[in-house]
Amino acid sequence: MLTLTLNGQPRRLDNIPAQATALSVLRDRLATCGTKEGCASGDCGACTIAIGTRDDRGEMHYHSANACILPAHQLHGCHVLTVEGLSRNDELHPVQQAMVDHHASQCGFCTPGIVMSLFCLEHQRRQQGLDTPPNDDTIDAALGGNLCRCTGYRAIRDAARAMHTLPGPAADDGGRLIATRSDGEGFYRPENRQELITLLSQHPQARLIAGGTDLMLEHTLALKPLPELIDLSSVAELGHIKEDDRGWWIGAGVTYHQLTPLLAEHYPAFHALLERLGSQQIRHRATLAGNLANASPIGDTPPILLALGARLRINGISGAREVSIDDFFTGYRRTALTEGEYLDAIYLPRLQGGEQLLAWKLSKRREDDISAVMLALRVTVADDGQLRDVRLACGGMAATSQRAPHVEAALEGQVFDGDVLANACKAIAEDFSPINDVRASREYRLAAAAGLLTRAYHRLARRHEAIPMTLEEI
Amino acid sequence: MRKLIQFGSLPPAKADTAPGHDSAIGHVTGLAAYIDDLPGPKGMHHLAVGLSPHASARLLHMDLSAVRCQPGVIDVITAADIPGHNEVGAVYPGDPLLAENEVRYAGQMVFAVVADTLYHARCAVAHALIDYQLQPPALDPVASIRDGLTVLPEHIHERPLPPPALDRGAAMSDDIQTSGNVDHALEKAAHVLEGEQFIGGQEHFYLEGQIAQAEALDDNGLRVLTSSQHPSEVQKLVAEVLAMPLHAIVAEVRRMGGGFGGKESQAAALGAMAALAAHRNGCAVRFRLPRADDMQATGKRHPFHNRYRVGFDDTGRLTGADITLIGNCGHSPDLSEGVVDRAMFHADNAYYLGDARVTGHRAMTHTASNTAFRGFGGPQGMMPIEGAMDDIARSLGVDPLDVRKRNLYDNERCETHYGQQIDQPLIKELIETLEASSDYRTRRRDITAFNAKSPIIRKGLALTPVKFGISFTAQHLNQAGALLMIYTDGSVLVNHGGTEMGQGLHTKVCQVVARELGIAYHRVRISATRTDKVPNTSPTAASSGADLNAMAARDAAITLRERLVDFAADWQALKREQLRLEADGLLAGKARIEWPELIQQAYLARVSLSATGFYATPEIHYDRKTGRGRPFYYFAWGAAVSEVHVDTLTGEYRVARVDILHDVGDSLNPAIDRGQIEGGFVQGMGWLTTEELKWDAEGHLLTTGPATYKIPACGDAPRDFRVALLEGHPNSQATIYRSKAVGEPPLMLAISVWSALRDAIASLTDDRSSPRLDTPATPERVLMACRAIREARVRSAPSPREEASHVMAEK
Repeated sequence: MLTLTLNGQPRRLDNIPAQATALSVLRDRLATCGTKEGCASGDCGACTIAIGTRDDRGEMHYHSANACILPAHQLHGCHVLTVEGLSRNDELHPVQQAMVDHHASQCGFCTPGIVMSLFCLEHQRRQQGLDTPPNDDTIDAALGGNLCRCTGYRAIRDAARAMHTLPGPAADDGGRLIATRSDGEGFYRPENRQELITLLSQHPQARLIAGGTDLMLEHTLALKPLPELIDLSSVAELGHIKEDDRGWWIGAGVTYHQLTPLLAEHYPAFHALLERLGSQQIRHRATLAGNLANASPIGDTPPILLALGARLRINGISGAREVSIDDFFTGYRRTALTEGEYLDAIYLPRLQGGEQLLAWKLSKRREDDISAVMLALRVTVADDGQLRDVRLACGGMAATSQRAPHVEAALEGQVFDGDVLANACKAIAEDFSPINDVRASREYRLAAAAGLLTRAYHRLARRHEAIPMTLEEI
Repeated sequence: MRKLIQFGSLPPAKADTAPGHDSAIGHVTGLAAYIDDLPGPKGMHHLAVGLSPHASARLLHMDLSAVRCQPGVIDVITAADIPGHNEVGAVYPGDPLLAENEVRYAGQMVFAVVADTLYHARCAVAHALIDYQLQPPALDPVASIRDGLTVLPEHIHERPLPPPALDRGAAMSDDIQTSGNVDHALEKAAHVLEGEQFIGGQEHFYLEGQIAQAEALDDNGLRVLTSSQHPSEVQKLVAEVLAMPLHAIVAEVRRMGGGFGGKESQAAALGAMAALAAHRNGCAVRFRLPRADDMQATGKRHPFHNRYRVGFDDTGRLTGADITLIGNCGHSPDLSEGVVDRAMFHADNAYYLGDARVTGHRAMTHTASNTAFRGFGGPQGMMPIEGAMDDIARSLGVDPLDVRKRNLYDNERCETHYGQQIDQPLIKELIETLEASSDYRTRRRDITAFNAKSPIIRKGLALTPVKFGISFTAQHLNQAGALLMIYTDGSVLVNHGGTEMGQGLHTKVCQVVARELGIAYHRVRISATRTDKVPNTSPTAASSGADLNAMAARDAAITLRERLVDFAADWQALKREQLRLEADGLLAGKARIEWPELIQQAYLARVSLSATGFYATPEIHYDRKTGRGRPFYYFAWGAAVSEVHVDTLTGEYRVARVDILHDVGDSLNPAIDRGQIEGGFVQGMGWLTTEELKWDAEGHLLTTGPATYKIPACGDAPRDFRVALLEGHPNSQATIYRSKAVGEPPLMLAISVWSALRDAIASLTDDRSSPRLDTPATPERVLMACRAIREARVRSAPSPREEASHVMAEK
């Protein structure tokens, strides 16, 4: 059984399979067809919906998400706003009115998703008391996961800037949300660690799901059945970030969105990278733990965690253990997790005095693309100019994200000058033998990694202070 | 007497001179329905197709028995089940609906499964056991041309065309357009440059994938809802596949979630497949291609391999050009005849080439049949001469804009290489206006100064023009029909042969009808495009939607207007000259009669209140034997200035600012036209920058979804985007209210982005050598071009100013 509130109306649905997506339930079961399927992979945003939950004070918060890869059961107890739910009595919501006023729809197929992304942006800004137009960066971040093939986006951006000035009805606030405790239909929602571990032993075949932004593609694209899913996002203890004096434990249920303030404060390079990781919709659902546990060679965060020397807490039927990130990836899409285990939390060590973290991602497109090459470097530049404690890792360069021992050796203890850079660039080819694939060629990967290393050299050597070294600095 | 409807059932008139999209409110509320959103008729089934896993193979044996046993399956269909022709080619044969005996590309539809749900149909597909005998696929178009593998036969110039029995791949097909003596001109030229380029294809990525729904009707007819730019062709091909007469088939299009040419010819297969399944099973069948199937099964923009040799004098003025265009057509002709023709027609872009030879080849490869895509070959055809302009400028050490300006068509040099006279060469004035408004010269100086001090980030700037010929190059397509009905409350319903894919065509047609009848815009409503209302329509393509259909609608409106004026003259006992339809009513001498009253009186007087309209574009002709004629009714002009910032360490870049001045004649609707210009530009930018199609060595498409195929996102669109319509230049030809077509031309404005990227890369040397930059110019290609040009420079003359570290990073 699945209970949710759709556009202000309580709904109860039975016989929803574990693998059913929110989109299929909206379109096929609830006949709300304003939400579209453009790709079924969370890349185009035509299926964007707003998911509302109440905070402790009862205030409703909405976040945008891709309904096409969202397990319907994760909507349990939420207020789901779709494009049909914004206007009231033929009066358009300000976001909708702004879109009409600015001629921001052409074929209209992406429009419902864009409206919902802008609605979430507008709602958040009103809650924060902001009564100014969002700036370009904010708009791009909100819409990075919404592809439009017709307009060229200018009109949509204008609508985004105008929406706060328009009168219009507020969207339905959802009323009192219903949340009947429900399990079954193969979708298990443990509420604490103990329940989770019990479920792991009862359902050894079940797959673990948190944001599901990768796992669900197995169903929507490859048509694989996912009859049993255990949802980590409902486990209370996994939703926390716990600080101690040397760093932070990030629970496996913590989304990128929830992680953002911490990264912004303590790891600016990681934070900057987050803007290029997936889209707003993805970051609202996806987790750091998921990015590690799926062990993709092109995950964006593993190189950073390798450079930081993160530790991982693994838990399961036979108890908890800790491993170093260095020992976690064991091969292409393989990890140290064994049967009956799950990734419980990730420890981010605080940067110590003098330690710097640099990290960059390269991809064909800036927004919502998968990296061709990732490079992350944690290093201390000693007072004498020597590089100390160098940890450097790359993604997209091998079957897993990997540290680069030869490059690290070429840098360790050296004063970073042109010769050292040249040696380090040469060492890239000793550490990595990348492949040609759909995202990049071997040659580009090697050359671009050298380019990023050169960028690091300029950064650390603090040469050319007046010269722009990245596109962002123009 | 039965009571007529009361007035006032419509809201009062309000001035609306540039209304928004007719479905804008439906779009933002989610109420505008696309085919997949419609509730299906009772008992509707869903269809999925099995696609060929091989690019070239003989089909030896198909065992589909396991497919039939899967949950929910009610029917499995193969080529043997087709009652009529197994052929859905648009112009020439070569596109079987389902593979028969052989497969000719990976992704070709081999069999179909009908089931209760799409999920069941898709799951069942995987259970087919098919024996293929593999053959080596042809995947390199240049090699195909060398080996004589083309999609069109040798005697293509002969018309009428010989019917079916096409001996595919047997012959070479060149089309040559010449003017003057190019070999002599190149021999005599003070300077000669040559170059080569690969121009990648482009996936349409309409947000709404291909879809059709067919319903068997109780009178042995079929109703087909289709997301197609060409409902008449869907009707025709359904009829041919089912061996039924055309009048039994109705094809209907309310709206498409994007088309861009991808639904011109290739939507028909879905309609035919759904119709076949509906007809066999006596039910309704919906056939939607999931994104990955869509991207594999349907064709794309033609990739081109281009070569050019240009001769020019010391000032950069062209004296001769020899341009060879090889279009990769995929496995079958589809629309490739017209596409390569149009590439050839646009090899001059906006320049007088001097003596010229343009040769077009149509290469066959074992890939999906490439098809129409906004610009229809024009963009690919323009790329060599735009590349040459930059090459010439750098070889002479002058600003590329000066070389471009030196070569523009003007009132003296105004005959194209195919013999068409250009009667309104607006481009010089347009470029000079844009050059000033974009501050081109100052920015050029600033950028040169910036680059001199910036070893890593380089800026590039380019201004490129567009001249785009308007008309279908297939003459008979330049016709349109419309049907106009006035009801007794004064409301007007218009129907025409054009389809709405987002471009605002319906809005423009309604505007024209309202204007012609002198009534408020809101009185006019448009209905879905249906082949049982307006027959034998042309595709909504070649930017011609408004030119053709608005003229046809206007023709119908004029007929009704004249009828109403005739009636009113009798009724009011006034002369016709004393009567005018305007301001939502009839001005009869000093009296004013409201529009609904006029209509009711006309009805009571038994005046016919419906009319058809028709339009055929005058004056166009082209003789493919001689390669000369006037294929285009007129030209649309435009120009863009793009500024890019390139990170030469990684190849990543940003389009920082774009200024556009574009000619739409007297605009029918400035807001819609601006939307077309901006959208076309960004789509063209995607084609030339991030949209990369990749195949593996066996011919499998690897980029089958938006995770790997990257169309521009919001952050890629230029933040500083200044678009203006050229004012004060009504079309010299008698088009609808002297407007100009706007669908395709703006796409090619994006060539300025490519040119600006080359400009930025060239700055790594002394701006005297030109980097080769194939497209899409992904960060990878840009970085590799940066490295190549730096290495060439280091080899020729190592410079002490060179940043040592850059070179080191590249070792």
